Amino acid sequence: MRRLNRFALLPLLVVLGAATLGSADTETRYNDLGHKLMCICGCSEILIECNHVGCPDSDRMLGELKAAIAGGDGNDAVLAAFQEKYGPTVLAAPMLTRFNIVAWVVPPGLLLLGLAGTFMLVRKWRLRTVAMPAVADDPASMELRERIRRETEI
Amino acid sequence: MPAFGSFSLLIALVLSGYNLLAGTVALRQLAVGRRGWISPERLAETARRAGIASFFATGCAAFALVWAAFTNDFSVAYITEHSNRALPAAYKFAALWSGQEGSLLLWAFLLSAYGFVLRVRHKVDVKLTAYASTILAGIQVFFLLLVNVAATPFSLVTGAIPADGNGLNPLLQYPEMVIHPPMLYLGYVGFSVPFAFALGALMMRYPGEKWIHITRRWTMVTWLFLTVGIFLGMHWAYSVLGWGGYWGWDPVENASVMPWLTGTAFLHSVMMQEKRGMMKSWNVWLIFSTFMLAILGTLLTRSGLVSSVHAFAQSAIGTWFWVFLVIVLAVCLFTYILNRDHLKSEHKLESLVSRESSFLFNNLVLLAACFTVLWGTLFPVLSEYVQGNRVTVSAPFYNRVAVPIGVFLLFLTGIGPLLAWRSTSVRSIAKNFRLPAIVGLVAAIAIVPLGVHPWTIFTTDEQGAFYAWVTLAMSAFVITAIFAEFWRGGKVIQQKSGQNLLTSMVQLTRRNTRRYGGYIVHFGIVLIFIGISGQAFNQSHEQAMNYKQTFKLGPYTIECLDYSQDSNPNYDTEFALLNVYRGGHLVTRLSPELRIYAASQQPSTIVANHSTLAWDLYIIYAGKDPATGQPVIKAFLNPLVAWIWIGLIVTILGTLIALAPNISAAIAAQRHRVAVAPEVVAAGKAGD
Repeated sequence: MRRLNRFALLPLLVVLGAATLGSADTETRYNDLGHKLMCICGCSEILIECNHVGCPDSDRMLGELKAAIAGGDGNDAVLAAFQEKYGPTVLAAPMLTRFNIVAWVVPPGLLLLGLAGTFMLVRKWRLRTVAMPAVADDPASMELRERIRRETEI
Repeated sequence: MPAFGSFSLLIALVLSGYNLLAGTVALRQLAVGRRGWISPERLAETARRAGIASFFATGCAAFALVWAAFTNDFSVAYITEHSNRALPAAYKFAALWSGQEGSLLLWAFLLSAYGFVLRVRHKVDVKLTAYASTILAGIQVFFLLLVNVAATPFSLVTGAIPADGNGLNPLLQYPEMVIHPPMLYLGYVGFSVPFAFALGALMMRYPGEKWIHITRRWTMVTWLFLTVGIFLGMHWAYSVLGWGGYWGWDPVENASVMPWLTGTAFLHSVMMQEKRGMMKSWNVWLIFSTFMLAILGTLLTRSGLVSSVHAFAQSAIGTWFWVFLVIVLAVCLFTYILNRDHLKSEHKLESLVSRESSFLFNNLVLLAACFTVLWGTLFPVLSEYVQGNRVTVSAPFYNRVAVPIGVFLLFLTGIGPLLAWRSTSVRSIAKNFRLPAIVGLVAAIAIVPLGVHPWTIFTTDEQGAFYAWVTLAMSAFVITAIFAEFWRGGKVIQQKSGQNLLTSMVQLTRRNTRRYGGYIVHFGIVLIFIGISGQAFNQSHEQAMNYKQTFKLGPYTIECLDYSQDSNPNYDTEFALLNVYRGGHLVTRLSPELRIYAASQQPSTIVANHSTLAWDLYIIYAGKDPATGQPVIKAFLNPLVAWIWIGLIVTILGTLIALAPNISAAIAAQRHRVAVAPEVVAAGKAGD
């Protein structure tokens, strides 16, 4: 049964994938790339979302983007051309080049390290089956903890 | 009035300084058992009273600034810069926090207000409160020094007094701006109180967990204020900025979310200390970090270190915040190193599959999310230092890095409550997980025909649909898990008491407000996630429109009925009148505006929004087509946005329930006029 499911799933994915392959049309690419660029007028807004009245740059830049897409440039080439013309701050997120890779790698890397560390820590604690020494609690503290237990349990 | 305000601030500084010094001396004498010519108890009492008085002095200064705004006192430079005669009264009040100096004064005032409550309620624990009061006084001194020396709100204009002011930033002239900043500040400032208690408890090697019990309500109220503040800011951005979104990952937004994340982690992990005496060091550092992140956020956005759309908040006071932050870190480190042996855990984790470990992972993920936000905010500075050029780190980065972390957190929200303390058996896991997992799977399949196509992640660059699919399926899983908890507990009470299931669930909640209030908060957060997931399917259309011209967006047809202009003393406005049809029927009439404010000559869009549970039709007046003079209308169809605001309301409700005291089983039964057998008291344990 399990094998049957696996075989049924594969063609389904292929069909669905093929059905959506042509979906990256010009408008989708324009929208996608417009969200990967910043307006350079100083408003700190995503290019396609820049809406401040009388912006001296966004209309021109969006025109350039449309022209680049119409010219048949690939996404990376479009982004590289904008970076070349306006500098690295025009990209809404750093590209995966040289030092910029660090930006992308560090947060998930630390999360994975943290998860691994936590697993190891818990495992180490579990292996130490020696009972913890009793803590010399004063009666008031014990009473308080009992009250907390009562209040937080039903 | 400016003189009165300045004098009040000076008095407040002196009083807070006295509170700090006298409090420190008194506590030191008490600690070493030495007595001076005034007994330490009396000295501590004078310090406490000085702290109380500082609240009134700071309040007088805040009043003086508001008064100056209301009376159009343009001799005060701050009022000239942030108000004008035509400004409506409510916004004159908002002038208090619309600029650097005023917002710092508000910070100092709220801090003294929190301090006032803490000092008045000192009998809850006189010695611990004395420590907390002294630490708070130290923070007060910093902020009062700022407003007395570096960013004085009562500076006078040089030369002739202007006849009118520059007016309030048009973006701030919106009703929510009257409550959003105070809420946010109540959140930021409020974390000073649990911070002060935690540091004080550590300094005096306070026995047991009472300090956590004392600060629990403070922390929850503060968390609630910060949550409401953040979401009001989102709603304001959505309603005013007119770009169709509510969160732009701007450094100021990031600054508010970082302490929220660590504060949320603290609220969870603190339960492990209360119940099992675990994670004491972790908790202390979580609350230290939360406070320091609130300060760091202010530093980042006000020092100009990172660029932000909130440019009005930038100035040269960054150095002050750097120095303060270093002092706070040094004090925390020093105190921790001296007293770390006091923070030894009484128990250790017994199983990887337990409530404790779920809290541990929840904390880890929340901290990872916080680090990601901090990392993204600071990376441009790091890049400039290493590569010699700045890069931009905006929405695409966070969407790729932070969103998966958020989805993982949502998953933990679902599984955490299903696990028992200490250890959970495989049988129990199978029993508790079966229904939520089935519902999650069914939801994952059912939403595909509705247009949520996760496989687009393999065919395009777009990841939104995939994450939306995961989020919606996971949300179904979590909501089922939460309702199953209520259902199980309610069922037990129902069987014993004979009440209907709904009444039984209400009683269940009232008997353990903290736990079930917490579940309601989780439910609210899930609704917020559902609302955010809709962002992956936003549509937009922009068009210059002539009379009677129409365009279609989703199920709606938008028709331009008219366009015109108007003016009043505060602003000139251009607007369009649009009919919105669905299925041939008129649904609503919308009127997006573009205002030009007279005093500042700054434009501002007024969004017209038709909101339903399914989607928002969000329309802005983007200006006039220079060639034809016709209005350019930009329309967005934003799915599920309303669920974000509904989720916020549920979250507020859940937090308020969690704050309410428990009602005992006997009283609950008595109120329902049902004779309760003794075992009913224990019945609810079935839900654990």
